[in-house]
Amino acid sequence: MTVLLEARRVSKHFGGVQALKDVSLSINAGEIYGLIGPNGAGKTTFFNVLTGLYRRDGGEVVFGGTPLRLSSPHQVAQAGIARTFQNIRLFANMTALENVMVGRHLRTRAGVIGAVVRGRGTRAEEAAIRTRAQQLLHYVGIGDSANRVARHLSYGDQRRLEIARALATDPKLLALDEPAAGMNATETAALKTLIEGLRADGLTVLLIEHDVRLVMGLCDRVAVLDYGEKIAEDIPANVQQDPTVIGAYLGGAA
Amino acid sequence: MPNALRKPWVGIALIAAVLVVAPLAVGASLGNAWVRVLDFAALYVMLALGLNIVVGFAGLLDLGYIAFYAVGAYLYALLCSPHFGIHWPVWAVLPLGALVAGIFGVLLGAPTLRLRGDYLAIVTLGFGEIIRIFLNNLNTPVNITNGPQGIARIDPITLFGQPLSRPLEFLGVGFSGVMLYYYLFVVLALGIVFVGIRLQDSRIGRAWVAIREDEVAAKACGINTRNVKLLAFAMGASFGGISGGLFAGFQEFVSPESFSLLESVMVLCMVVLGGMGHIPGVILGGLLLTVLPEIFRQGAGPLQQALFGTVVLDPEALRMLLFGLALIAVMLYRPAGLWPEPRHRSEYKQ
Repeated sequence: MTVLLEARRVSKHFGGVQALKDVSLSINAGEIYGLIGPNGAGKTTFFNVLTGLYRRDGGEVVFGGTPLRLSSPHQVAQAGIARTFQNIRLFANMTALENVMVGRHLRTRAGVIGAVVRGRGTRAEEAAIRTRAQQLLHYVGIGDSANRVARHLSYGDQRRLEIARALATDPKLLALDEPAAGMNATETAALKTLIEGLRADGLTVLLIEHDVRLVMGLCDRVAVLDYGEKIAEDIPANVQQDPTVIGAYLGGAA
Repeated sequence: MPNALRKPWVGIALIAAVLVVAPLAVGASLGNAWVRVLDFAALYVMLALGLNIVVGFAGLLDLGYIAFYAVGAYLYALLCSPHFGIHWPVWAVLPLGALVAGIFGVLLGAPTLRLRGDYLAIVTLGFGEIIRIFLNNLNTPVNITNGPQGIARIDPITLFGQPLSRPLEFLGVGFSGVMLYYYLFVVLALGIVFVGIRLQDSRIGRAWVAIREDEVAAKACGINTRNVKLLAFAMGASFGGISGGLFAGFQEFVSPESFSLLESVMVLCMVVLGGMGHIPGVILGGLLLTVLPEIFRQGAGPLQQALFGTVVLDPEALRMLLFGLALIAVMLYRPAGLWPEPRHRSEYKQ
């Protein structure tokens, strides 16, 4: 099995707070990898470091065999890592379709002159963007809402739209930050089916989640963070039994 | 509405007819002074459309926009006047003005990339003032801008050997200079409208709006926000540079006074009152805020004379008072502007 992403001793601190301390983990191509931990354990910080929103203080990340330098978010996206956000961040006043079309920005070229002249190449590219965006909306199951403004979509559909927008960047690794947060049981079940479908289509998924049942049912492997340190990494069944993990969640000195 | 009016070409033909006839009708009924007002309306529409790219599309609040207008105007003034004895043709100066103003746009944009909202507004305000103060003081030690006196005797815009300042008889119809300028300005304004519409509905335009809506998400979507923002500054500034050049050729005189903070605020008001990010709204804003104050300025005195037998309130003061009231009313009752983007309607059409 090939390793898609390898983080080695990644550290990040904010002032005196050590948010991440020498976190090392490796994600295999084609798996669903869960990242769990109590509130404030550093899961989202890890995401932000990984996707270039935060600058890491130490350590390195190797993605698809090449090291990711301390780079800006758009370069990370270029390399093939797409993400969603814990508190949904859509382009609220754009339609669902436009949101996904923005996601194609990275893989298209038209500039100012192309836009003004609108020659054959630009028109073809624009049509391709539109078609692909529409396909992706169908793929995540909100094809009928293409022309609705993003902020008017239901909560669950907004989550799906964010996934469609991330998929539009043609990622190799999709990083989902608590996609099931605030969802009811039906929506969560549908989300599970969607993520399984993503894996079946060859995508690697990194998942932060609080819903333990979803994580255990979905993930091939799980890492547990606590106070910025990785305390376990294994298949879900073993992690569940791990006394350190139980201690971290229940607050005991295990 | 009858069906025929819904066809787009009918609307376009109507607008074209109105645009062609307007200066002749206005000139014949109200006199050339009002055609001049129309000229300025076209200039301000161009300015407002340029600022709309920065403020409306990309969401970057710019309070020093008039600086780019000043750059365009002074470039024209320096290259087409006896001041340096240079007399370049207009087709060379206007594109150069757009380019130079665009470079100034990048110069302003580069240090402010990390700023948003209020902070950006303060820096851009300072930038606008710096340009004006430079123009005011660049007469020593080497006289470049001629200081507060400004540059006079600028060449009028000349097209096909016809200086637009001179009247022209064509097909038996007499066109005064201001009318000729009107046609040039309207054609260029339409060009800028066209560019704006094309940009709005493109990959670049979507990237601008994405940055306005959520910069972090835009970055995560792979948009190089630095380049895309600089592009917005440069595009907006180049529109300002073109209209500045036109202004200089039209007035045949420029001085730093014309580029005060109040002018930046006026252009911003046109964008905000009309409907930020919505091109027809911005055009409406530009037209209203040029024509209405002029009506008040000319009408308020005689009206008071007729009603009270004397002028109670100075028309100039009354104009600003009404302008302020109008601003407050619009912000209270139509916060998205007079003619905002019909986003919600598209939702129900499907």
